[in-house]
Amino acid sequence: MAMEKQESAKIIELVDVCKTFDGVSVVENMNLYVRKGEFITFLGPSGCGKTTTLRMIAGFDMPTSGKILLNGEDISHLPPNRRPVNTVFQKYALFPHLNVFENIAFGLKQKRIPTTYIDKKGREKVKQEKLPKALIAEKVKKALEIVDLSGFEKRSITTLSGGQQQRIAIARAIVNEPEILLLDEPLGALDLKMRKEMQLELKAMHKRLGITFIYVTHDQEEALTMSDTIVVMADGAIQQIGTPEMIYNEPKNTFVADFIGESNIFTGVMPKDNLVRFCGKTFDCVDGGFEKDEPVDIVVRPEDIDIKPYDEAPLKGKVTSVIFKGIHYQILIQCGRYEIEVQSTDAPKVGDMVSVFIEPNDIHVMRKVFRVNKFTGVITKRNTVEFGDGEFECDVTQLYPGSHLDEEGYLITAKGEKLDLTDTEVNVEVGLHDITMSDNLKEGGAQGHIISLIYKSEYYRYIVRTENEEDYVLACEDLWNENDLVSLIIPKDKIRLSLKVAEGGKQ
Amino acid sequence: MTKTKKAPIFSRKLLAIPYALFLGIFVVMPLLIIVYYAFTDMDGAFTLENFKIFFSGSGGDSFFETARFKTIVQSFLISITSTLVCLLIAYPVAYIIANCKLKNKSGLLLLFIVPMWVNFVLRINALKEVLDWIGIYNKPQWNLFNTVLGMVYDFLPFMILPIYTTIIKLDKSHLEAALDLGATPVTAFLRVTLPLSKAGIMSGISMVFLPSMTNYVVSNYMTFNHTKIIGSFIDECFKNDLWNMGSVTALLLLTLMFLMTWATGGFNTESETNTRGTSLW
Repeated sequence: MAMEKQESAKIIELVDVCKTFDGVSVVENMNLYVRKGEFITFLGPSGCGKTTTLRMIAGFDMPTSGKILLNGEDISHLPPNRRPVNTVFQKYALFPHLNVFENIAFGLKQKRIPTTYIDKKGREKVKQEKLPKALIAEKVKKALEIVDLSGFEKRSITTLSGGQQQRIAIARAIVNEPEILLLDEPLGALDLKMRKEMQLELKAMHKRLGITFIYVTHDQEEALTMSDTIVVMADGAIQQIGTPEMIYNEPKNTFVADFIGESNIFTGVMPKDNLVRFCGKTFDCVDGGFEKDEPVDIVVRPEDIDIKPYDEAPLKGKVTSVIFKGIHYQILIQCGRYEIEVQSTDAPKVGDMVSVFIEPNDIHVMRKVFRVNKFTGVITKRNTVEFGDGEFECDVTQLYPGSHLDEEGYLITAKGEKLDLTDTEVNVEVGLHDITMSDNLKEGGAQGHIISLIYKSEYYRYIVRTENEEDYVLACEDLWNENDLVSLIIPKDKIRLSLKVAEGGKQ
Repeated sequence: MTKTKKAPIFSRKLLAIPYALFLGIFVVMPLLIIVYYAFTDMDGAFTLENFKIFFSGSGGDSFFETARFKTIVQSFLISITSTLVCLLIAYPVAYIIANCKLKNKSGLLLLFIVPMWVNFVLRINALKEVLDWIGIYNKPQWNLFNTVLGMVYDFLPFMILPIYTTIIKLDKSHLEAALDLGATPVTAFLRVTLPLSKAGIMSGISMVFLPSMTNYVVSNYMTFNHTKIIGSFIDECFKNDLWNMGSVTALLLLTLMFLMTWATGGFNTESETNTRGTSLW
C-alpha cells in the first residue's frame, strides 16, 4: 500500500497469511498492512476470502501459515477475547436473551482493570477490578447516543427493527473502545435507502471516533463511498490495493476494472510506448513499458468516452441503443465488430452515425493476464494427453519433428528410433480462442463450472474451473451463465505439446 | 353480491377430526371423570370432603405426620434428585455431541436413544438383577439410591434429546460475539450458551420431573415395593376401591404440574416453538 500517509503507524499487518479449509485454499499468501485510523475495505465477490481474512484478524479462524501482527506484536494465535478488536457481525449476533443495555454492557462487564492497593499488612498488591456500575451505565448511554438510539436501554432485542438492531450491534462493539473495529457486511440486511444512510453515518462515526475500521463488503459502491483504502480481492488473493480514486481510475487488471464500476474492456496491442491499437484503430495513450506489439487489455470507462460528429474522430459507429438512466444516458455504439458503451448527458438518436473520441489519459492499458492456457500433462497409452483434469486427443508427433506413429502406436522418430510415449510428461499450451464449450458433457475432454465471465466487446472471456480446481481460460462470442456446467472441446491440432525435460520420453 | 364459490365439501379442517376424537375420548373424558370423582362421594353427591380428607391427619396425627405426607415428600425428593442427576449427565453429553466435529452426530446420539427401544419394564428388571448381583438390592439404606438410579436410567434420553436439539440450533455467532467482546470461553458459556439453551433444559426437566414423580413401576421394581411415591399411592387408592381419594390425588398432582409448567414459562410457545418440540420425536 504505497500511500502518501506515511506518518501514521501500521496498526495491523498480515505477513504471508494462508488459510485452507479441508485442503481447499481460501486465502493465499496475503500480505497487507493497515494504518492507524484508516477506513479500509476488503472488496470482492462472494467466496473471495474477504470474510475469512476478517475472521482471522478477529481471531475466530487461525491462519494455516503466516503471521498477523498487531502494533508489531504477533497475535496470530491469541484467542478472540484477548485481542483489542471488536466485530460487528453480518447478522448482528445480538444476544436475544439480554435487553439493549445488557447487550451493550456485555463487553464492559468482562473488562478487568488492574488496580494496586495496600493490604492490611501494608504490602502493595494488584487485583483485577470490575468496572463500576455507574461507569458502565454512563458508557452505554454515550454509545447509544452515538448510534442515535438514546433511551432504548430497556428494550428487548426482538422488538427492534433491522436498522435499530444494526445500530445496537455497532454500539455494542464501539463501547469497548477497540483499537480496530471489524465490520462484516454489516449493511447487507438493510434496504437500499437505509443502507445509504448508514453508509454516511458509519463514515461520520469513523471520523468522530478515530478508530481503525476494517470493512468487508461485496458492494463496490459501498466501498467507494466509505473507504480511505480499498483492497480488491478475488480467489483468495489481493488484486489491487489503493484509494477509491486509484482503484476506479487505474484498475490494475481487467478483473478490477470489471468489478468496480462499468467498463469497456478491449483487447489490443501496443505497437510502441504511448500508442495502442484496438477496435481496428490506433489511439494515443499515456502508458508504456510493454514489449513491441504485446497483446494488452484496454479499459475505458463509459463516462470517459465522447461522442463526436461523424467526421471528427477515426473510430466510427452507429448508435444502437439509448437508455435514460436518470443522471445520464447509457448509449451503445456498434463500431464494426465492437460494441462500445458510453455514458453521456446528451443523447444521440438511435441509428445516428457518430464517431467516438477517447482522451489519451482515459485509456487504461494493462498487461494481459491470460494469453495462453498452460498445463502440465502426461501422455497416455492411447497417445492422448491428460491435463487439466481431463483427457484430450492430441498429435504426439509434434514432440519430435519429422516423426510418425506406427500401427502399434509407437512413435518412430525421424532417425528411425522407436519410442513408447506412455507416461511422458509434457507441457501443454492451448490458446484462448481454441477452446469451445458445450453443454453435452460427454463431448469434451474435461468439464467444469464457469466461475467468471467478462465482456470484452468482441467476445466474452470465461474461466472454467474443473472439479480439482484446474482453470481453463477461453474466449467465446456466445453468452453463457456463471455456474453453468460445461464440457471443454479442444481440437486435436490446437493442443501444442512440448517435452517437459529436454531428454524426455522413455525408451 | 352473488355467491361465486361453493364451500368445498372436503376442507382441510376435516383432517383434524380423528385427532380431535382421540383427544376427546382419551384425554378430555378421563380428565372429566377424574374431576367428577374428586368432587363426589361414594353415592355420587357433590362434596369437597375428599380434599378435606386428603389434607387431614389420621389417628391423632396431623397431616404432616401421615404416611401420605411422607410419600409426597419422598416423591419430590426422588423427582428433584433424578431430574438434577439427569440434567448433570445430559447437558454435557448433549453439548459434546452437538459440538463434536463428527459428521454422523445422529449416530452418536442414537447410542443414547437405542435403550429406549427396549421395553422399559425389561430394562428395569435387568437393572434390578445387576443391583442384586452387586448386592445392594432390597437393602433399606440403598432404596432411595436405587429408585433414583432407575429413574435416571429410564428418563435420561428424554433429557438429552431436547437439550441436544436446542444446542445444535444455536447460532455460533452468538458465542463468537461473546468471545469477541472479551469473555473467556467459560464466561461465554455461562452467559450466552447456557441461557440460550434454557428452552431445551426446561423442556427436558418437564419431561423428566413429572414422570419420575408418578412412575411407580420403577420405584416398585427397584425397591421391592418398599419405596412409595405419589404414583404408587394413587395406584393403591384405585386398587382398594378408593376412587374418590385417588382422583383427588391425581387432580392435585395435575394442578401442581400445571402451575410448575406455567411458572417456568413452559407455555410461552411463541419464542420456543422450535426448541420445545424435539425433532426426533
